[in-house]
Amino acid sequence: MSDGAAGGRTLKVVGQRPVRPDGADKVTGRAQFGADFHLPGMLTGRIKRSPHAHAKIVKIDTRAAAALPGVKAIVTGANFVLGEGEDIDHGEGATALLDVAINCMAREKALYAGHAVAAVAATSPEIADEAVRLIEVTYEVLPHVIEVEAAMAPDAPLLHANMFTKGVTPKPDKPSNIAQKIVMGRGDVPGAMAAADVVIEGRYETAAVHQGYIEPHACVASAGADGQATVWCSSQGQFLVRTLTAKILGMPLSDLKVIPAEIGGGFGGKTTVYLEPVALALSKQCGRPVKMVMSRDEVFHASGPTSGAVMEIKLGATSEGRITACDLTLKYQAGAFAGSPVNAACMAALACYDIENIALTGYDVVSNRPKVAAYRAPGAPIAAFAVESAVDDLARKLNMDPLDIRRLNGARDGVKAVYGATFRSVAFLETLEAVKNHPHYTAPLGPNQGRGVACGFWFNIGGESTGAVHIDEDGGATVVSSNPDIGGSRAAMAMMAAETLGLPIERVRATVADTTSIGFSGSTGGSRVTFATGMAVTQAAEKVVADLKRRAAQMWECEVDKVEWRDATAFCLDPSKDVKPLTIAQIAGRAARTGGPITAEVSLNAQGAGPGFAVHICDVEVDPETGRTTVTRYTAAQDVGRAIHPSYVEGQLQGGAAQGIGWALNEEYVYGPDGVLENPSFLDYRMPVASDLPMIDTILIEAAPNPRHPFGAKGVGEAPIVPPLAAVANAVRQAIGKRIYALPLSPPRVLEAIEQG
Amino acid sequence: MSRVLVTTTVNGESVEFLGGTRQSLLDALRDELRLTGSKEGCGTGDCGACSVIVDGRLVCSCLMLAPEAEGKRIETIEGMAVDGHMHPLQRQFLEHAALQCGFCTPGLLMAAKALLDKNPNPTETEIRYGLAGNLCRCTGYDKVIRAVIDAAAELRQAPDTKKAGAAR
Amino acid sequence: MIENQYVAPASVAAAVAALREANGAGKILAGGTDLLVQARSGRIRPPLIVDVKRIPGMTEIRQERDGGFTIGAATSGAVLGEHEALVAAWPGLIEAANLIGSKQVQGRASLGGNLCNASPAADSVPALIAAGAICVIEGPNGAREVPVEKIHVSPGKNSLAPDELLVAFKLAKRPAHAKDAYLRLIPRTEMDIAVVGAGVSITRDAKGVITEARVGLGAVAPTALLVEAAGAALVGSKLEEAALAKLDAAVAAACKPISDKRGTAAYRTKIACVLARRAAGIAYERAAA
Repeated sequence: MSDGAAGGRTLKVVGQRPVRPDGADKVTGRAQFGADFHLPGMLTGRIKRSPHAHAKIVKIDTRAAAALPGVKAIVTGANFVLGEGEDIDHGEGATALLDVAINCMAREKALYAGHAVAAVAATSPEIADEAVRLIEVTYEVLPHVIEVEAAMAPDAPLLHANMFTKGVTPKPDKPSNIAQKIVMGRGDVPGAMAAADVVIEGRYETAAVHQGYIEPHACVASAGADGQATVWCSSQGQFLVRTLTAKILGMPLSDLKVIPAEIGGGFGGKTTVYLEPVALALSKQCGRPVKMVMSRDEVFHASGPTSGAVMEIKLGATSEGRITACDLTLKYQAGAFAGSPVNAACMAALACYDIENIALTGYDVVSNRPKVAAYRAPGAPIAAFAVESAVDDLARKLNMDPLDIRRLNGARDGVKAVYGATFRSVAFLETLEAVKNHPHYTAPLGPNQGRGVACGFWFNIGGESTGAVHIDEDGGATVVSSNPDIGGSRAAMAMMAAETLGLPIERVRATVADTTSIGFSGSTGGSRVTFATGMAVTQAAEKVVADLKRRAAQMWECEVDKVEWRDATAFCLDPSKDVKPLTIAQIAGRAARTGGPITAEVSLNAQGAGPGFAVHICDVEVDPETGRTTVTRYTAAQDVGRAIHPSYVEGQLQGGAAQGIGWALNEEYVYGPDGVLENPSFLDYRMPVASDLPMIDTILIEAAPNPRHPFGAKGVGEAPIVPPLAAVANAVRQAIGKRIYALPLSPPRVLEAIEQG
Repeated sequence: MSRVLVTTTVNGESVEFLGGTRQSLLDALRDELRLTGSKEGCGTGDCGACSVIVDGRLVCSCLMLAPEAEGKRIETIEGMAVDGHMHPLQRQFLEHAALQCGFCTPGLLMAAKALLDKNPNPTETEIRYGLAGNLCRCTGYDKVIRAVIDAAAELRQAPDTKKAGAAR
Repeated sequence: MIENQYVAPASVAAAVAALREANGAGKILAGGTDLLVQARSGRIRPPLIVDVKRIPGMTEIRQERDGGFTIGAATSGAVLGEHEALVAAWPGLIEAANLIGSKQVQGRASLGGNLCNASPAADSVPALIAAGAICVIEGPNGAREVPVEKIHVSPGKNSLAPDELLVAFKLAKRPAHAKDAYLRLIPRTEMDIAVVGAGVSITRDAKGVITEARVGLGAVAPTALLVEAAGAALVGSKLEEAALAKLDAAVAAACKPISDKRGTAAYRTKIACVLARRAAGIAYERAAA
């Protein structure tokens, strides 16, 4: 397997910026997303949702709806297989199948306002809407609880009678809303804290935020008369959709084919199912295809945001700035079912630093809110808000430069993270150095302006992937994988294959296959596709090259070790043979005579993903009379290993930074006293628009390519969202002279802090 | 739902369809005319993914009723490339990697086209405010703005390409 | 009546007749940027929609012989912004109209719709109030004229009868050295509903002394407000601190805001004072020309 420095060879494709192979369809409106399909006889599916935050479902009367002409199918929770709890491991945490099933369609209780309680399929959207109105649901409203600490209180309304906190010994004798308590750490925190020269404390709060993908969830499900079915959907993993949907409906996996549509953003929020099992259940009932698309209102009410949280941190350090101890408690909202990212957050929170004594406590807490879903480095940005704000306070207290204090304590090769990994080939210090040397860091600031820095970490994962490379009879190549392309990965796959084969990029096309056309792959997420699927694709291309060389040797009748492959051409190194080089087209044109089709498929479980370290600088200006904050300059640096396609790597840094800025300044879920979401629209859930942001400069650090990847790539997609919350908060801290401990930094909150002096 | 016969011009071609009296122009374009390039991101005019140009004016098609299309001249993303030749904005978006998932891209391109049709030499700030009605969650807008700046420069040098991109 | 009717009449009389027949259940469609959102949410399900954009005059701007303007009630903000004389005379009003939503929304949203939708936070209304705009309303009993500040009754409710139609706004001729300005506070830079809006119109004499001033406020009460005491506080001044302090007091006294997901009551009152000051400053500077 090639080494991370690409064997010292000059790269011709990797590292360049070709136009992505799927680009033309996206700029001309031809690309097909989940809602863009029309099938003959297709029905429209719609969902009836609970208006109550917490209620027993006493009765569902569907008779009037069923009698409406044009209504072809109706389902409720009673139609779904009641399976035993089963965990499905899809790389970033196990998913309790029963929870997913009940989240798709409520059983005895509605657990949040917006929880699906019934669904219909009808011949037009208007009839489907009318049918939903005609379904009568009788509820017994129960007390509800929304905020995490309220949900942890002993007398809080209880969501699940069978929830006994995991991770606590002895097992509690009463159920509660605390699904799990996590404890991890090392060393002697109390002792180190007592011995510290300086201690920084803080209590931090964040609100739930949504991934904010512009494309709502959408799918078309079509059940055949023999029980086999096809689902087209926008998702981050068609194999995962197949597994969840088939198991929820009690189908063998091979009876369900899932075809990935283009996906309009996911950021982790589309690594689960909401509509697919429902649409398929409706389709099975009536034998016609059913299209289901969420409205934006439904996306907010019923698809996973990420957690809001309450955090308490204590940092102990020497007077030289060496952090010796950290005690961090994280209380994360899980929504209505267990599964907040608090475990990953505990693992990632302090990974940027080499700290000897660490105590981490995490609580996974349910409340009457939609079930949280993964959101780009799940859990890490929230914890980083607390940690990076505290480190900033520490630097200020010791009169140290904020980058210097991070360099002093920074993770480097050989440092062991609290979760067990020992860092190898990491370039965090180089990233800090690059930021310190960047002109942004020393640019002058004006009145009411402030600058903040922050860093962040994400593990990135490897996992199961399959990639295939086929050589066409005219010597071109097709790369097949099953990872939905959410950030330009098709370009990266094509580039890595082109580099390996020696073909120009225009002759290599990349496609994303359905579940029947390629071997299993884990989902697109965890910053793993360029790493793991890229590894599979590259290995497949290498097998193809070996095959091409063998065929050339056969055609020349020479030893295979006398064949050199270069620029998509075989060269004979045997001086006794008087032969001309053979191009890939020439070999491919005669493939039938040399063994048949030229193709290779590689499945692997990639290990050795390189973690991502990010360092950001943010400048803000705060209007002292209104508290309104403007980001005036932003620079994002990251240890990327090697940028396969630098433009798309830059795009990940810029996109993650923008999401983090929105999270810091304006985005939040606002709940009323009735437990109903008050801002389920893009009007009042305020994501950054083009005029809210400056250009976002990027610094790609390639000082330490990942030796485990054929081209040295590390995952890049998630680390960029980890620093911005604290980078913005630290900038505001400098601008107004006061620390704000809660997000978002909305104008009223900032003005209040200014006025308190 | 009641339907009325709507006669209108879309991307230079005269078309007829049955539009619902409560159906949005967006749904009519997508479901009656099968022009699925315009997208629904929110249905309430807050994201711009459904942007089209009507009688030279940039609008959200989710905020127009299908019958309002009667007699109008409508431009959608499907008409931006002419005879298979991409508009400079489309090419610059690709060159600059100004799209990732691509869902907001049709709306952004229509908004950028409407901006440059009226203001051929916009500043960065004017571009940002001109595109403020188009939410993008993937790119952070940086490469989008750069693509529009370069497309504007290209169009100023070769105005004939601009005519090629306009609806006939 | 046909269910879900859409009509696009070619005259005011036909529009009024259709509204009358619908007996209060008809809705007027101008730009649709509020109506379609409300219909989509299911909040309203009007059996009749009357599209008024084909009525002559409804989408036009006319400069009168006396120098004033008559603005068709369904004229879009984008069209307003392209009328050079109107922009020169009323920069604040046009700013306000072109802050509603996005470029896409401005391509459709109208002053008439913005006013009659009767949201207390409507961006154009404080500027219309400061401008002293007069509404021309037509109904079965003929036409009447009403000052714009009398149109808002309560959130979502206007003072028109169900079979009346707002057809135009009249703006008086501007004297020399008279200009307006509109400011709003929103958390982002675009797209948000105003947390507070302030429109100020100022006339000054050759020495820079303010001779007339009108102040309109939005999003600080159940309706948009004309704050007469605020305008009075500025008359006779050159915006010295004493006058501005009186302005603050008048504005604060008039504010009866609510706390909601867009801002707290206390915050709104503070910001109303800040924006009124700043808008007054801008209008005053503009009026020097």
